[in-house]
Amino acid sequence: MSADKGSGTRIIILGATSGIAEATARIWAAQGGRLVLVARDGARAEAIAADLKVRGAEEADVVALDLAKADAAAELDAMVAKLGGLDIVLLAYGALGDQKTLETDPTAARALIETNFTSASAWCIAAANRFEAQKSGALLVIGSVAGDRGRQSNFIYGATKAGLAALVEGIAHRLAPTGARAVLIKPGFVDTPMTAAIPNKGALWAKPEAVGAIIARAAQKGRPVVYAPGFWRLIMLIVRNVPAAIFHKTKL
Amino acid sequence: MNAASRFVERGDVLSWGRVVRRPQRLARPHFADELPALLDDPAATDSLLAIGLRRSYGDSGLNSEGAVIDMTGLDHFIAFDAGTGLLRAEAGVSLSQVLQLVVPKGWFLPTTPGTRFVTLGGAVANDVHGKNHHRAGSMGCHVTRLGLLRGDGERLELSPEENAGLFAATIGGLGLTGVIEWVELKLAKIGSAFLDVEIIPYGSLDEFWALAEESTERFEHTVAWADCMPAGRGRGVFSRANWTYEGDYKAHGDRAWKNMPVDLPGFTLNKLSVSAFNEFYFRAHRWKAGRVRQHYSVFFYPLDAIHNWNRLYGKRGMLQFQCVVPWASARPAMDALMAAIAQSGQASFLTVLKTFGDIASPGLMSFPRPGATLALDFPNRGEETLALMGRLDAITREAGGALYPAKDGRMSREMFRLSFPRWEEFAQAKDPKMNSDFWRRMAA
Ligand SMILES: Cc1cc2nc3c(=O)[nH]c(=O)nc-3n(C[C@H](O)[C@H](O)[C@H](O)COP(=O)(O)OP(=O)(O)OC[C@H]3O[C@@H](n4cnc5c(N)ncnc54)[C@H](O)[C@@H]3O)c2cc1C
Repeated sequence: MSADKGSGTRIIILGATSGIAEATARIWAAQGGRLVLVARDGARAEAIAADLKVRGAEEADVVALDLAKADAAAELDAMVAKLGGLDIVLLAYGALGDQKTLETDPTAARALIETNFTSASAWCIAAANRFEAQKSGALLVIGSVAGDRGRQSNFIYGATKAGLAALVEGIAHRLAPTGARAVLIKPGFVDTPMTAAIPNKGALWAKPEAVGAIIARAAQKGRPVVYAPGFWRLIMLIVRNVPAAIFHKTKL
Repeated sequence: MNAASRFVERGDVLSWGRVVRRPQRLARPHFADELPALLDDPAATDSLLAIGLRRSYGDSGLNSEGAVIDMTGLDHFIAFDAGTGLLRAEAGVSLSQVLQLVVPKGWFLPTTPGTRFVTLGGAVANDVHGKNHHRAGSMGCHVTRLGLLRGDGERLELSPEENAGLFAATIGGLGLTGVIEWVELKLAKIGSAFLDVEIIPYGSLDEFWALAEESTERFEHTVAWADCMPAGRGRGVFSRANWTYEGDYKAHGDRAWKNMPVDLPGFTLNKLSVSAFNEFYFRAHRWKAGRVRQHYSVFFYPLDAIHNWNRLYGKRGMLQFQCVVPWASARPAMDALMAAIAQSGQASFLTVLKTFGDIASPGLMSFPRPGATLALDFPNRGEETLALMGRLDAITREAGGALYPAKDGRMSREMFRLSFPRWEEFAQAKDPKMNSDFWRRMAA
């Protein structure tokens, strides 16, 4: 099994400039991984690639690509051909959007759904096909606790993540007999550029480094759905089970 | 604040002393390409300041009237040559991160302050010094190049040869010459991650001077903890160390063993508790006296084991005082400083005494200079504490000494100008866009 801890692990990161992806990549780099960083912003990805090489990555190559628009299967094939194989895919891109704007601007809502769900699904399906055929590999997908229950403040974003959750769950089921795996990671509140505008972050907020460590571990073993940090499993169990009569009175 | 601003107003952005409490407009970029837009941001119209991990105690890392750029998100390494020990990294990389990368490869920082939670940018902007000043000089002596973004958007590379004037102004330049984007540094080779440490309790300042003198030749690192409470005044614990070849190259872990999650009540650190602590510390070290092998994290960074230890001082925070006095007047000046503290009835919890060597820094505004330095921290008791510090200022001034801006939140303009005789030359090199609460106090 090639997704073992250690050097030479071949990893493709989709959305490599996200804070969580970068934190995870640093762990893989320190283990001597061979990484392909896919991101729209090539210059930023290059800065990350240089950093990862200093940190010990055997290789860190950049593919500048608009993931939401690309032909996932063909691009993935090309990357794997260059890497000479594939052990891990981390899908980490997605847009948060502004709920109010999304509610009034259908084009914006559609674009968010296309990015977060439609295009992400294509990448997941392409990776799953490859992993099933080779009977190994780990597909790691970053979802969100926002997908666990729709709430007024971010249900369009939440819906895309809920859709992705069902997809990854299904892929995990399909891959189970082969030895390959699919894992959905559900971060709670993470202090990244995506959430920078939110001031006064409290005790529920996690550092991307902590979430990255959970993801790197999830690549090795564990359940098909991983909350990061783990206490969110309990929080979301409660949130999911609050009766609508009460839930609808909250402003969440 | 303008709605289109990338800066967010925050009430929780404090310097390490936790005394100055003014809201700061803060942005935390992650990539160098985000910086130019921040220069033009409406929140930065008045002025801008790059800041690091906020380990400076007073107001030199705050800019209440403008905006601050938290550089800690710019934490990418750029290049490292494990053969030559040349490291280039973005300014927001911390010394802690540097060590985790380079120690396993046999390298260490050329010099280090008493905490590893300092950014490269902050280390350059205060031209920080360490226990090996007599051997290595200050941090600025080891900076080979740096990238500076000026307020008008110009990106410059500075080195002792290229743009040498601006290089000299930026080393110890308190962030006022522009935003340091990256730093290139020459590291020092080590034989293991451990030091051979000798701990020597001493009974009087005379003994301290004798120890300091005999140690600088033979030991790379020297420092003393000093007791300035009346009961034990003059005594202390001297420690001196050299890197050893015995041991592996294991870097420190990330975990602190304790966190100080809330402010302790202000009365916790008073004369009695500090005297008791000093007594304990002195006795404990008398038992421990002798030679021990210590990991660098124990020797250089004992306080880093407790996160947020500054909260020990309660809500009103603490005031630091650090001066250097030249050799010619060092002995009487230290006697007088210690006497003034003992008489004041105020307690300094962490008192550090050390001698500096004569390796000159390239920095125009560098603090270390040949002589002896004393660092004290006092719980903030308002007027009473400020009055004592005024007396310490007077002794320092009399001795021809200087104060350290990184540790200050209250020095007078006059004291500043006496401390940094080249300040006018520096003011010429200052970037008109950059400013800080400290600079407004000193130069306005
Ligand atoms: C426990 C403890 C022990 C210490 N021991 C020592 C010691 O032994 N020797 C010593 O010299 N100091 C010591 N210090 C002080 C500390 O080393 C300095 O204050 C250091 O500059 C802090 O770096 P920082 O990253 O926290 O920067 P900050 O405190 O956030 O900022 C410090 C200055 O650097 C500027 N700055 C920061 N980043 C940039 C950048 N990218 N570009 C331009 N300007 C920038 C800021 O504007 C400010 O003027 C100690 C502090 C503590 C808390």
